[in-house]
Amino acid sequence: MKDQIKLGQAGTLESSDVLVFVHFSPQQKGRKIELESPSEKCFGKIIIQQIEKTLDSLDIENIYLKAQDRGALDCTICARVEAAVNRALKNKGEVGQ
Amino acid sequence: MNAKLRRSALYVPGNDPSMIQNAGIFGSDCIVLDLEDAVSIEEKDSARLLVRNALKSIDYGDTEVIIRINSLYTPFGREDLEIIGRVHPDGIRLPKTESAKDIKQVDRILAQIETEEGFEKNSIKIMPTIESAVGLFNVFEIVKASKRITLINFGAEDYTADIGAERTREGKELFQIRTRILLAARVAGIQIQDSVFSHVRDIEGLIKETKFIKQLGFDGKSVIHPTQIEPVHQVFTPTREEIILANRIISAIEEAKKKKSGVISLDGRMIDAPVVTKAKRILKYAQAAGII
Repeated sequence: MKDQIKLGQAGTLESSDVLVFVHFSPQQKGRKIELESPSEKCFGKIIIQQIEKTLDSLDIENIYLKAQDRGALDCTICARVEAAVNRALKNKGEVGQ
Repeated sequence: MNAKLRRSALYVPGNDPSMIQNAGIFGSDCIVLDLEDAVSIEEKDSARLLVRNALKSIDYGDTEVIIRINSLYTPFGREDLEIIGRVHPDGIRLPKTESAKDIKQVDRILAQIETEEGFEKNSIKIMPTIESAVGLFNVFEIVKASKRITLINFGAEDYTADIGAERTREGKELFQIRTRILLAARVAGIQIQDSVFSHVRDIEGLIKETKFIKQLGFDGKSVIHPTQIEPVHQVFTPTREEIILANRIISAIEEAKKKKSGVISLDGRMIDAPVVTKAKRILKYAQAAGII
């Protein structure tokens, strides 16, 4: 079963960036998104929307995703989500490249 | 020669969101979002997407946005070009250019992207960087390999390593490459920018080097830190006397045109087309500096 678990990570915890971790497994049904952000109260919904929009564009339905935001712009959030997903789909059981 | 102002080109690491989003505020004429040396091999994929998204959503105003892709001889260059080309950067800086074939390959890929995306033909420019003995040897064929080429520059570190020269702050070892690619640029009617001055805290050294390359005929310089932009622009800012003389030359030639005379004299000096070209160039630099 090990080869069915796929992990990926992209981004950093530097200012204006976001660290995105994704986990694909057969047990995961639907999308589970966790967000940590200093501006969660004001922008949490918008950040989640950006993540959802990116997952839609990548046709990803079943995923666990954790985002640790450090004040990233929308364009950065989308780029890091896409990079983490791409890395996971190329990998089998390892985080990152 | 195209007349766009390219006094400074600020390198910005392609995997640093903070620097990418702020790159336009420092006032450089060009910014170079760098996917090559500033990005580690492990982060090439992520940086490429970050730069693509930045180009789609960040307004850099009048600043010319150039992307330095990885060499096509690496596993990353082709994909950089395919992905970045589709968001229409102003230009592609092609590192380690060694032959006309390198340029023609990039030209073909960009032409295909422009057709598929409905972009204006030849609107994405190519800006080759010469960084090796082979590249310098072939520079005259390189500059003429595509209509897209508007600018050439060179990489001092890689070049000196390749030819076995010692890299010094004084830069005598760069005289050969500077003068040869300058000549090639003028033969092709394109602009030329100098390599970076790596000693960020040595502003005096930067000014000295910039004065020297301006004297040679260069159009601008690459910079690696925002604090280097202003000193470079200062060097390329004409003096009051130069501006006054340039204005008198333009007035004199306009007066001559009214009288249907091609050649005139001003203060006993013949004023012809090259003198007018230089005068126009001085006024353009003065306008860009905001002093006229």
